Amino acid sequence: MKRKILGSAIAAAVAMAPALSPAATTVSDGIVKLGVLTDMSGTYSDLSGPGALEATKMAVEDFVAKEKPDFKIEVISADHQNKADISANKAREWFDTQKVDAIVDLVTTSTALAVMKVANEKSRISLISGAASTPITNEQCNDTTVHWTYDTYALPVGTAKAVVKQGGKNWYFITADYAFGHSLEKNTADVVTKSGGKVLGNVRHPFPGSDFSSFLLSAQASGAQVIGLANAGNDTMNSIKQAKEFGITPKQSLAGLLMFISDVHSLGLEATAGMYLTTGFYWDYNDETRAWSKRFFERMKRMPTMVQAGDYSATYHYLKAIKAAGTDEAKAVMAKMRDTPVNDFFAKNGKVRIDGRMVHDMYLAQVKKPSESKYPWDYYHIRQVIPGDEAYIPLAESKCPLVKK
Amino acid sequence: MDIFGIPIQALMGQLLIGLINGSFYAILSLGLAIIFGLLNIINFAHGALYMMGAFCAWIGLTWLGLNYWVALIAVPVVVGAFGMLIERTMLKHLYQLDHLYGLLLTFGLALIIEGLFRYRFGISGESYPVPELLSGGFNLGFMFLPKYRAWVVAVSLVVCFGSWFIIERTKLGSYLRAGTENPQLLQAFGINVPLMITLTYGFGVALAALAGVLAAPVFQVNPVMGSNLIIVVFAVVVIGGMGSIMGSIVTGLGLGLIEGLTRVFYPEASAVVIFVIMGIVLLLRPAGLFGRER
Repeated sequence: MKRKILGSAIAAAVAMAPALSPAATTVSDGIVKLGVLTDMSGTYSDLSGPGALEATKMAVEDFVAKEKPDFKIEVISADHQNKADISANKAREWFDTQKVDAIVDLVTTSTALAVMKVANEKSRISLISGAASTPITNEQCNDTTVHWTYDTYALPVGTAKAVVKQGGKNWYFITADYAFGHSLEKNTADVVTKSGGKVLGNVRHPFPGSDFSSFLLSAQASGAQVIGLANAGNDTMNSIKQAKEFGITPKQSLAGLLMFISDVHSLGLEATAGMYLTTGFYWDYNDETRAWSKRFFERMKRMPTMVQAGDYSATYHYLKAIKAAGTDEAKAVMAKMRDTPVNDFFAKNGKVRIDGRMVHDMYLAQVKKPSESKYPWDYYHIRQVIPGDEAYIPLAESKCPLVKK
Repeated sequence: MDIFGIPIQALMGQLLIGLINGSFYAILSLGLAIIFGLLNIINFAHGALYMMGAFCAWIGLTWLGLNYWVALIAVPVVVGAFGMLIERTMLKHLYQLDHLYGLLLTFGLALIIEGLFRYRFGISGESYPVPELLSGGFNLGFMFLPKYRAWVVAVSLVVCFGSWFIIERTKLGSYLRAGTENPQLLQAFGINVPLMITLTYGFGVALAALAGVLAAPVFQVNPVMGSNLIIVVFAVVVIGGMGSIMGSIVTGLGLGLIEGLTRVFYPEASAVVIFVIMGIVLLLRPAGLFGRER
């Protein structure tokens, strides 16, 4: 690796000799290559997928236009099909033959964990936005990974606290029966009990499911005020739809523990009105978010999810760090990324911690009633801004070996 | 009163839900059984055609303004016609070959159809509202039964037993059954067997599309809704006995009930229970519960 960097540094220096300035960036192979590795056609393709690729491209275009870097940037992409082995192989191929410098997005926990390990071996950077689980920045953390947008710790903090505060003390969970669902349920239950609420029970449904009525009936029989949906994607959507059908809502209320704006868009406000959810980004939050999101909309004909907005933000921050560090060597770039606060439409004073967690404010949103929605994609009331330090695992509790205690 | 620690009310509710899911299984497995019985084709595209039914209902409502009741009639006709097109242009070349070829062709078709819908509509799919007339529900004391679900059970029972009656008790049905036994002989009697086969496939597909329309207000209409269901439905057909009409209806409803019970006592196993039963049935009665050894 070292030799390669040295070699390419010399090559770059020779190539640029006439125009060489003292601040010129020494980029390996003269090009920074970003690989967007995500779910292009499966369950998560609406919340990430082609939109993630487009957001990454937008970041590159904006960076080139604004910062006028002295290196070239290229974006490639592939479908990891949510499979860990496919993503690890693709990443290896990209690093070895395509000279990819950083991998962007990675939408399931298993793919993220697999790729960040390969990337670390090869001293390349993983910019994770799509995946949710906390091991990425805890047990399995490493020094070339950044986890940008959200995680299963941050999500329930906002939602569960707020709902308990509003009087929703008794909870019942409908949980997808696999690692992600269990971890989401556990984190939420902890927050509920800490905030003075009570967990009355849970039911674990096979993943993926389609009929949730029996589980909803159990939830109904429990008499809980709040039914926490510790699942994602189509499972969450079908649960919500059928809860309404069986007259469970609005008598009992639902809390979606992992919901994206794409889910709300598909289900419609009729079915989702009044639900609380936590999000890392909302397109209609302020002028800056609106301006960027409208540009995204023009390209994708959909408003961005928090994952896609996070991809943009992470990519831009990464490219800025390369320019500032004057090299694309992973460790140096990571150091710059940690030193520089993240300030863009996505995050204000965001900070990349030593464990790889990008700490930024989260938003507690409540879904609008159909009568309150004035224009397309006008879906959320932002009820509360959750400061980053409250939303994410404190470093003191981190299980990441890089954190010195 | 409790049964094994479960209040009887909860149990009744879960059984009723099992019956509702069983209605979907019955209608879908009936279509498969009819197609297998006459064409000897294991129609793997059944799930995709079911999904197409649901999407056509949504398209009808959103783009063309056709309401649910129109869709209930029109969609099975349209999708059934599409099925007949498949039969005429592709499947008919495979009748002389092993079952496996039909299975592979229809499996490929399923992937293509699903891929196209995924490309056009995205994975999250669309939401179809419950028709005005059937919204709300009945309070049965032990549970709240949405009117729409009751309607699904009613339609499914009428369609299933209607189909059974036609096939087993009418002259038309006797031609169909004769076609299954000995197509050459039937042809010799002056019956247009190829046409009959096309219509039968169309009818089986129309049943899948009907199930799709029935499912649209219940489930999120998305491109993978069929592939989630089809494996279970195949298990139902195998348990009932490949090609057995009554077998597929009774087994569909019965397995819905068993699945419902599993969801009460051990929800984690509710996705596998049907396959466990399938394994046991295949060991003890390889031709299925209602099938005849050939």
